[in-house]
Amino acid sequence: MKLTCLSKGGGYHCPPCHIVNLGGLQFLLDCPLDLSALVIFSPIPIDSNAVLDEDSDSENGQKRQTMEKALDASNLIRSEPCYKTVTNLHLWDVSFIDVVLISTPMGMLGLPFLTRAKGFSAKIYATEAAARLGQLMMEDLISMNMDFRQFYGPEESSFPQWMKWEELEVLPSALKEIAMGKDGSEIASWMPLYSAADMKDCMQKVQTLKYAEETCYNGAFILKAFSSGVEIGTCNWTINGPKSSIACLSSSIFVTSHAMNFDYRALQGYDQILYSDFSLDANEDTEDCVMTAANNLSAISDNSDTNHMITELLLNTDDSLEEMEKLAFISSCIVDSVKEGGSVLIPIGRLGIVLQLLECLSSALESLNLKVPIFVISSVAEELLAFSNVIPEWLCKQRQEKLYSGEPLFGHVDLIKGKKLHLFPALHSETLLKIWQEPCIVFCSHWSLRLGPCVHLLRRWCGDQNSLLVMEKGIDADLALLPFKPMAMKILQCSFLSGMKLEKVQPLLTMLHPKVVLFPENLRQHFGGSSSSSISFIQYTENVTLRIPKLNLGPELDIATDFASQLRWTKLTDESINIARLKGELSVEHGKHRLLPGNEQVVSSQSGLLMHWGSVNLQSLVTSLQKMGINAPVEEERNGAETEYILHIIEPNRALININASRTIISTGDEKLASLIFEAISNSLDGI
Amino acid sequence: MAIETLVLGAGQEVGKSCVVVSINGKRIMFDCGMHMGHLDHRRYPDFSLISKSGDFDNSLSCIIITHFHLDHIGALPYFTEVCGYNGPIYMTYPTKALGPLMLEDYRKVMDRRGEEEQFSSENILQCMRKVTAVDLKQTVQVDKDLQIRAYYAGHVIGAAMFYAKVGDTAMVYTGDYNMTPDRHLGAAQIDKLRLDLLITESTYATTVRDSRYAREKEFLKAVHKCIANGGKVLIPTFALGRAQELCILLDDYWERMDLKVPIYFSAGLTIQANMYYKMLINWTSQKVKDTYATRNAFDFKNVSNFDRSLINAPGPCVLFATPGMISGGFSLEVFKQWAPYEENLVTLPGYLRCYIAYCLRQWYCVAGTIGHRLMSGKPTKIDLDENTVIDVRCQIHQLSFSPHTDAKGIMDLVKFLSPKHVILVHGEKPKMALLKGRIESELGIQCYYPPNHDTVSIPLTHYVKADASNAFVQSCSTPNFKFLKISGMDAELGDERVSEGVLIMEKSGKAKVVHQDELLEMVGGIKHEVQFGYCCPVKNSNIERTSDSELSSRNFGLHKLFAKLSTELTQDSIQDCGEHLQLGSLCVSVCLRDNCGYRTADDSVGDKIATTNFCCTWSAADENLAWKVIAIMKTLDLNYV
Repeated sequence: MKLTCLSKGGGYHCPPCHIVNLGGLQFLLDCPLDLSALVIFSPIPIDSNAVLDEDSDSENGQKRQTMEKALDASNLIRSEPCYKTVTNLHLWDVSFIDVVLISTPMGMLGLPFLTRAKGFSAKIYATEAAARLGQLMMEDLISMNMDFRQFYGPEESSFPQWMKWEELEVLPSALKEIAMGKDGSEIASWMPLYSAADMKDCMQKVQTLKYAEETCYNGAFILKAFSSGVEIGTCNWTINGPKSSIACLSSSIFVTSHAMNFDYRALQGYDQILYSDFSLDANEDTEDCVMTAANNLSAISDNSDTNHMITELLLNTDDSLEEMEKLAFISSCIVDSVKEGGSVLIPIGRLGIVLQLLECLSSALESLNLKVPIFVISSVAEELLAFSNVIPEWLCKQRQEKLYSGEPLFGHVDLIKGKKLHLFPALHSETLLKIWQEPCIVFCSHWSLRLGPCVHLLRRWCGDQNSLLVMEKGIDADLALLPFKPMAMKILQCSFLSGMKLEKVQPLLTMLHPKVVLFPENLRQHFGGSSSSSISFIQYTENVTLRIPKLNLGPELDIATDFASQLRWTKLTDESINIARLKGELSVEHGKHRLLPGNEQVVSSQSGLLMHWGSVNLQSLVTSLQKMGINAPVEEERNGAETEYILHIIEPNRALININASRTIISTGDEKLASLIFEAISNSLDGI
Repeated sequence: MAIETLVLGAGQEVGKSCVVVSINGKRIMFDCGMHMGHLDHRRYPDFSLISKSGDFDNSLSCIIITHFHLDHIGALPYFTEVCGYNGPIYMTYPTKALGPLMLEDYRKVMDRRGEEEQFSSENILQCMRKVTAVDLKQTVQVDKDLQIRAYYAGHVIGAAMFYAKVGDTAMVYTGDYNMTPDRHLGAAQIDKLRLDLLITESTYATTVRDSRYAREKEFLKAVHKCIANGGKVLIPTFALGRAQELCILLDDYWERMDLKVPIYFSAGLTIQANMYYKMLINWTSQKVKDTYATRNAFDFKNVSNFDRSLINAPGPCVLFATPGMISGGFSLEVFKQWAPYEENLVTLPGYLRCYIAYCLRQWYCVAGTIGHRLMSGKPTKIDLDENTVIDVRCQIHQLSFSPHTDAKGIMDLVKFLSPKHVILVHGEKPKMALLKGRIESELGIQCYYPPNHDTVSIPLTHYVKADASNAFVQSCSTPNFKFLKISGMDAELGDERVSEGVLIMEKSGKAKVVHQDELLEMVGGIKHEVQFGYCCPVKNSNIERTSDSELSSRNFGLHKLFAKLSTELTQDSIQDCGEHLQLGSLCVSVCLRDNCGYRTADDSVGDKIATTNFCCTWSAADENLAWKVIAIMKTLDLNYV
């Protein structure tokens, strides 16, 4: 097996991307876009005069002067934005990719670039829910990008103006690093957005699966997706090949209150685990965690009831309670704002958070009897919310209970019915203007603060000190808010759980007990601490191909017993070994090698090739010939180092036997005699 | 080893489906139904046949319920709460959501009748708590060895066929299924699986049904005619399944025809049921699924709640009322009011007719449902009790929407899955016998239709495991093209990818399959070749040959031999390699030595000059062939070829 980590990604919105080579096949894990890099572009200018050519010319000069000064909004690139794909993926020949596995909706945002590439022929697998959400996210991206295209007009060439060297040269260093990377190589990863047709075409190539649905690629590889708990439809993939098996452990959350919990038990029994939960990276208080993890683990290993304790540790609900507290806190901040007459803008891109925040918020408003309208503005708002209410199979236990008692799965259904929540595809809709009132609470995209309705609303409210902006941590807030400065608006930046907590990693791996764990280099200090375990830990580095030695020798073969009972066994002179010749058809089906009785009509009349080994025992040969009534005097002939024995037979017919160390020749014109001699010789040799 | 199938219910009958299958030490109960036709102990499957001691937890690995109809789930609360089964239970999400509604409804009906309570509401809740819900195609690992998986069955929402696998043995239990899609459900769908056993329903073992569209059209026509004349339509129906199907049909028709006549739902149950249907949209047909975002098909536009005061309100309307059999409750109440008027219409459920007829004989006959009497003809007067006589003048329309597959569907499924054995359940004995005959004669698959309490035992294919070497697998996966037959310009090419290998069994019991070339290394031997040789003299009466140059004459003889052998041995492909002929391992060349080691002096045929010697060598594999060639050569005169 070979592993190449193409990108370790950037948190929830940009999952990591790997290529795994297994049994000669290339598996690509996820194909994301780095949407946080959009901040280098300027949001759509308010009026078209702002981008007059003469303006930008004069600015160019200005830019040079202000290079070393603090960044301001004018430094941002004024152009239809491009989208940053996984740089290292461009170095691979897409036609050599056999399978693409999608683990989160965000992991498929870059997929249309791949599927439209010449020579792409891989099979793409995603869970049903991830594929649906991914498609909606792509549709939303395309529709938001359309605003830019309308504003700037179509690009004259496929090579955007801003990518020209002179333009890049004058970019402030902060933007330059995002645009080109540290070594300048990343400039190649920028692409103008795919079209709706590209996206549609891409979706048609995606084969969707349920959680734990088995699918078989190429007869030999069984692929399964198990829930990872981060978001609706997100999953951890397992690949079971004839020679080895691997579980790809992406960011996972054990207990959640919207998506189905992390199904970690299903990852048991795999040879290798590819650990690619990079959420730890962002963890600030890692040092403490390491200590507690180590302590907990040592306490556990002394206990006989280890598994039980591990389970308890993994499934404790502290994390999910913490998340609920966060949501309650955000709700209270929102309520405070609207009480003071300020509007609240929530450009959060995580569906699960939005759905839960809606519930939390509405009950907070209700308890205070505040009547503030809530809007969700997005081209896909209606579909997204409707979808979330028809997927009980993809949700956590508590939500499923709602199905059983006949209640809607999420609170937004009743909010819409009660006219407390309004969905609109865009800001510029007449009905929206009719019912619009401030203060209000608006959920809208995009979290990069460069695209979509949030840009307009942010411009409207950024000067109002009573208004509140709720945004996710993880993007560079300074850079993101640059075009809206000076900001009087309050800002609440919050981080949400997007992966495993460090203290759960070791217990989990102990429980899963694979033979090999592949882990990212930057988590070195957290892995393989307990040298006593039989798990071998191998670290991988971004863009370096790692070879993992073979674990198993060959595949296992199933032979039907009724077929096996017909075998003719030969006992070797060694006595301890029995051998038999096998003949049939090998079927490789659903990861199983099976030997079936062959189709006799096809099998040629020739009996199988006979093979002998060992050396002829002359004495026993002569005796056994005598028993058959054949007299064979032995003549010895030396020819250099080799000795040849010649047996002349006259009765019952003439025959000659030449025997040397590695060969026996029987010459006779008598068929019967020939077979008798052959039998005698075979008996004195091992053969099959 | 065998698969043992114990039929506890629905054997040669319809009702209380329950089959217990034992595979390799695992025991699975498929469905746990109740018989609506019996009021005594016969209403439940005889669970004592599973375990005399009543230790069900240890005698069953799991229970699988295919769908929420009472003849499939009805006995479950009794079995878990009264008999005390505590093991795992699996059903799909919709079945887990809607099953309790059905059970509760049944319990209430029983309560109203004043019958002895079989299980309480609390029992139903407790029972459902033990249930693990599964999604379609989700592979569930019940324990280390037992794997189950649900496939779409299309009978009612959430109905599933279940696949179960233990080790190398696999089977499918269909439950009830429908091979043709209807308005709100898709058609049954299953993967091509390698099965040892298929247990299928056979409700319509011999019927082939006409198109759904014709039946729908007929129904709509009757309804439309009635309301056009200002009449009221009463549709007595069960709360789940048909109600939604007919409602979609009518709602759609109303939309198309721009009708304003109100459609009502009588009880809260159906409205509540629609709530479930809305969330379970992924379990409906593709068409319904595609439109959920803009408009959920179960958000009926023209449907509203019925109020009792509307019974005698003037003007036309359509009313869905429970229960389906007009055996009491609201549908009877409305029927009493509407039946005496000619312009009104009452529809009667016609699906599962044989089952209903059976139940009626057993039970309803005594209770005397109006539905039964209406179905049996068109009476003008019905005596409800001593004091009430209903004068029935309204029109009656028999519905014939049935979510069961017909005979063609069953045959199609059996053919598609091609299992090694088939067991028929859930049908009528004579029809099952006919279907069994068809399956055995047309498909060549062994088929059984055991009665209740019988056990069918089916032999199994077992596999032994061996490690295979890479060289062996590689040699098997490489195509091995061979000319099967060459006749003139036509050649037949075949891929003789026969897997040939050697199985090595060590004393330790470890088996390994290797390629022949690897064998010597494995056993540590040195190859010893055993060859045959014979220098065969062939007559050549052409004296003049001496005048030819030696080389050309030599090859001349060889070519002549080739020509002869080619005509004699048409089956095998002989190659003329110039200096020698090759046929498998047999090599024939002209021998010029006077004293060839392969020649036996006796064989010289007369005149030395008139004889050409051909030296033949071959290995044991081609023994028969070689002797055949030699036999030909011995009788040959090259000159007469």
